[in-house]
Formats: sequence, structure tokens, C-alpha cells
Amino acid sequence: MFLYTKDAPKGDLRKVYGETLVELGKKDPKLCVVDGDLSTSTKTAMFGREFPERFFNVGIDEQNLVGVASGLAYDKDRTVFASSFSMFLTGRAWEIIRQHVGYNDLPVKLVATHTGITVGPDGASHQMNEDIAIMRAIPNMRVVVPADSNILKKILYKVYEHPGAFYVRLTREKFPIVYPENVEFELGKGFVLREGKDLTIVAIGLMVSHALDAATILKEKYGVEAEVIDPVSVKPIDEPLLVESAKKTGKVVTIEEHSVIGGLGDAVASVLAERYPVPVKKIGIPDTYGESGTAQELLRKFGLMPDQLAERIYDWLKGLK
Amino acid sequence: MEKRPSVDELREIARRARIETLKAIYLAGSGHPGGSLSIMDILVALYFGGFVNVDPKNPYKPDRDRVVLSKGHAAPAFYTILAFKGFFDRELLYTLRKLGSPLQGHVSRKHTPGVEASTGSLGQGLSIALGMALKAKVDGANYRTYALLSDGELQEGMTWEAAMTAKHYRPKRLIAIVDNNNIQLDDFVHRVNSGIYPIEEKFEACGWHAITVEDGHDFNQLLEALEEAVKVSEEKPVAVRAITVKGKGVKFMENNPAWHGKAPDREKFIEAMKDLGVSDEEIEEFLNKYDRKG
Repeated sequence: MFLYTKDAPKGDLRKVYGETLVELGKKDPKLCVVDGDLSTSTKTAMFGREFPERFFNVGIDEQNLVGVASGLAYDKDRTVFASSFSMFLTGRAWEIIRQHVGYNDLPVKLVATHTGITVGPDGASHQMNEDIAIMRAIPNMRVVVPADSNILKKILYKVYEHPGAFYVRLTREKFPIVYPENVEFELGKGFVLREGKDLTIVAIGLMVSHALDAATILKEKYGVEAEVIDPVSVKPIDEPLLVESAKKTGKVVTIEEHSVIGGLGDAVASVLAERYPVPVKKIGIPDTYGESGTAQELLRKFGLMPDQLAERIYDWLKGLK
Repeated sequence: MEKRPSVDELREIARRARIETLKAIYLAGSGHPGGSLSIMDILVALYFGGFVNVDPKNPYKPDRDRVVLSKGHAAPAFYTILAFKGFFDRELLYTLRKLGSPLQGHVSRKHTPGVEASTGSLGQGLSIALGMALKAKVDGANYRTYALLSDGELQEGMTWEAAMTAKHYRPKRLIAIVDNNNIQLDDFVHRVNSGIYPIEEKFEACGWHAITVEDGHDFNQLLEALEEAVKVSEEKPVAVRAITVKGKGVKFMENNPAWHGKAPDREKFIEAMKDLGVSDEEIEEFLNKYDRKG
């Protein structure tokens, strides 16, 4: 059902976002898009070129960006996509998002790029490692993290059709293709990408392909059979799938390119603590800031490359015995 | 459109609205009387002077005019006006801020018909109103969008983000009204952060047309300013600075920062009612019927 191999081709999430916005804009003459001077980077400019009268580049003022998007959407008679880099969209404008988009469950779809440490050379000011935590804390806000450009396309269509508030987490980096083009996305439904009996790895975003590589290494090097799950939506999260897998393996590791505070790891741990308590190891960015470097260098510094993940997981498993 | 009431009639509507607003705040035991009383005449001029096209039976009809109460703490005044317009029963005002009431402490579109945007966190309303005005542009609609701002919230940077962006997009029929009572929570505005002044020049620098209302409680001046605002807003956004008195209509509340955000006790409530010309019988009847704090 999935395509991923170690040498899988890469897909450009931002390009797919721009292309899909144009498709949706052709389909729906009421659709509006708002950006804040980053449209050439977030790729909303592709929509802006096609539909200049429905595209608002409000400049460097993210609070106003979300305010304008909310004002366009308050009657709930249209969908509005709002984009910027995640630090500025979810960080700078958090309270505006909470007060209008979240509280009133407006059809505002916040699609942010430049998340995690793979933002790279720009350094800590731009490396948003806390966005999932602060977005999932907002009531009504649904949080979705695509693992590749194929599922992103399906996510964007579902997000467009849904009447409520969304946060979709994109990145600067291109991701290896994990899913076939005909993959179907359903909010709150995850995928088992590899079956295993010894432990469950739950991963999102770029870490899905890394987890699959790590699972191969775990099997080849240590004889450990890891199950790999991509929940895709962090909120709501696929509780039955997590519980079922935890029952089978009895041990769960979460991997995310996000802080270990408040993100996927905490979402998974909350579900399991209530419904089927098993040991959970959270892997992600520790309680610290990133720094400048290439994406690959930073992934290695934070121990998120597949070989490092396999080793960290194996060490944790040894410690449990 | 209905015939506009006379200035005397508008004054009487405003007096009755001030009375109901203070009754609601008194029964709630909390709320913001000062800023509710200062904006009351502006609200009456808008809603009863023929400037806001709304239908209480169809509160969200697509061609209605939008009024965004950016200073969401003036909720009691706004609710009173909505009740007077027929959006809901007047008795509902006496449930203000109570658990389960549709009348939340700060206005919420989720809870109350006639409310356009959920506010309470200051500085956001102009941006929301801008989005609504841009929506009219996209849809080819002709409705007007009003943003009712406090002076204190001009300290929020987001207000000016919206003001500048309005210059760039020049949506039609966008009107901001600043209730300039010169008092914020801590103290007089000029003592807390006088940088908001001058107001008109700031809006003008942002490409807006600015109008000053020297007495924001004089209906002749308010109506004249709103007529001008409506006309000019066909060309560019308009900001109206209405100079008002915080706590207007109740002597001990007037121009006194202490009455920004607290409810009067029974004794002070009775004094306020008398200031507003309420008879002893009406006060007693009201207290006997509704005041369980007694």
C-alpha cells in the first residue's frame, strides 16, 4: 500500500500546496487566500497570479493576516487559506487564531511552511519546534502533518471540504515519497506502514520515512521487528489504531521533528496513559533551541537520522529489560 | 428605511439604554460601566439614526451592515442596543455574565445574534472589519462595515497593521469609530501611554479620511459626522474620533478611571438610576423583582 524505499524520489510539499490552491481556486470562485510577504516561498503566489482579486498579501503583519482571514471567513460562506512561515503564523498570531479561528471554528485553513529544525541555516529564530504544541492546545483546531507530497494533496482537499478550523504543517525541505498518488486521507485515521511485533514507532512528517529506515536497520542489525504508524492527523489522533498496536507490541516510540513537549509524543502518551499504559519513549527536539546548519547536519545533531534513531530505540529497549 | 427619530427621541432611547445597561451590570455584579456609557450615544446614532441596515429576524442576512465591536468590554451597551432593536427579549439583559447566558462578558458571535465578531481581546476588531470589507469587495456586495474602537486599544500594534493595509487595498464602506473617552483600565490614557495622540493624523497618515466629533454625546454632531463618513467611505476608509466622557450620564462615574471595570453596589446603583431620571417606584420595582442580592 505504500511506496517508500530507501531511495524513494522526493516530493515538494510547498509546490503541491501552490498547485492545489490553484486547482481549488478554479473549482471554487469564493475561495480566498491570505499571505504575509512570504508568498513566493509558501507558494501561495501561484494562487495570487491566477486569482489576484481573491489573493491578499497583507505584508509583514501576521496578526492582521489572521484578522483579515477571519474577517473574510466569519460568515462561514467560504474557505480561506492563510499562510506564512510557521513561527510567524502560529507563534506571532497565536492569540488571534485562538480568539477568532478557534473560538468560532471558522473555515480558516492555516497552512504553514518552515517548521522544525530542517529550516536549517536561518537558525533558531525561524526553526519552529513548538507549533504542534500550541496549535493542538486550541479547542476546535485540527492538526494535520503530511509525510509526503502525495498525501498532502489529499489532505488539502479534505481540509478544504471540512467546514472548520485547521492547521496543516508543511516544511521547507522536500520529503521522500511514502504514499502512492491514490492514497486516501481521512481525518483522525492513521496508517500502519510496516507491521511488527516488538515495538510500535509512531512518526509524523519527515520522520515517517526516517522511522521506516530505522525499522529496517532495527530488523537487520538487532533482529527487532518494529511496527511503524503514521497517524497523519495529530488532532484528532487515531486512538483505536494506537491502542491496538500498543496491545500487540507493548512498547511505543514517538518520533517527530518538533519539541518533545506538547507535540506528537505527548498526544500519543496521553491516549495510551488513559487507555492502555505501556512504556512510551518520546524522540524529537529536546527542551532547547535549534541553530544554524544544513538540514542534514541538524537532523544528525539532534539524533534524528535513521541510524541514530535505530540505535536510540535499541538502547531504550535494552534498558526496559 | 424607517424615518429617523428626532434628536430628542434619540436622546431618550440613549437614556433608557443607559438605564438597562447599568441594570444588567448591577445584576451581573461585574462588567464595564464606564466604556459602555461612553459609547452609548454612538451606538444609538448608528442603530437608530439609520446608519446600520440590520434585520433582527434575519440577523445574518448577506447584505446586512457589519458592526464589529472591537472594544468588546462594552458588551452590556451593545446587548442593550441589540435588545432594543429586537434581536432578543429585553429580559435577557438581566442574565448578563451568568452561567448559561447567551450574553457573555465580552461579545461572542457564537452566543449572541447580531454580534459579528467575538472580541474582548483588544486591538483586533479593525483587522476583522477590514477582512469583512474586503469580502464585500470580492463578492461585489454593498454593505458597510463599522469597527467600534476604544482609544486605549489604539496602543495595540495590530490596529495599525489593519489601518495601513486598508490604505493599500482601499475597500469601500469601511468606517472606524474611536470612542475617545481618554480613560483605560489603569488611568487616563494620556498618563498610561499618551503616544496614541494625535489620533486623526495617524489615520490620515495611513491614508484614511479622519473626522473629529467634538462632543460624542451630541446627536447633531454624531449624525452629521456619520453622514460624512458614509459618503466619504465610498472613496476611502474613514476614521471618526468621537470625544466622549467615560461613564457619561452618571455623575459619580463620569471621567473617573475607577469605574472602568466594576459594578456598582446597591447604594451606588440606586444613585446612578436617580441620575438617569429613574423614578423611586421603578427602582424599587426592579430591585424587588430581580435583585436577589437584596
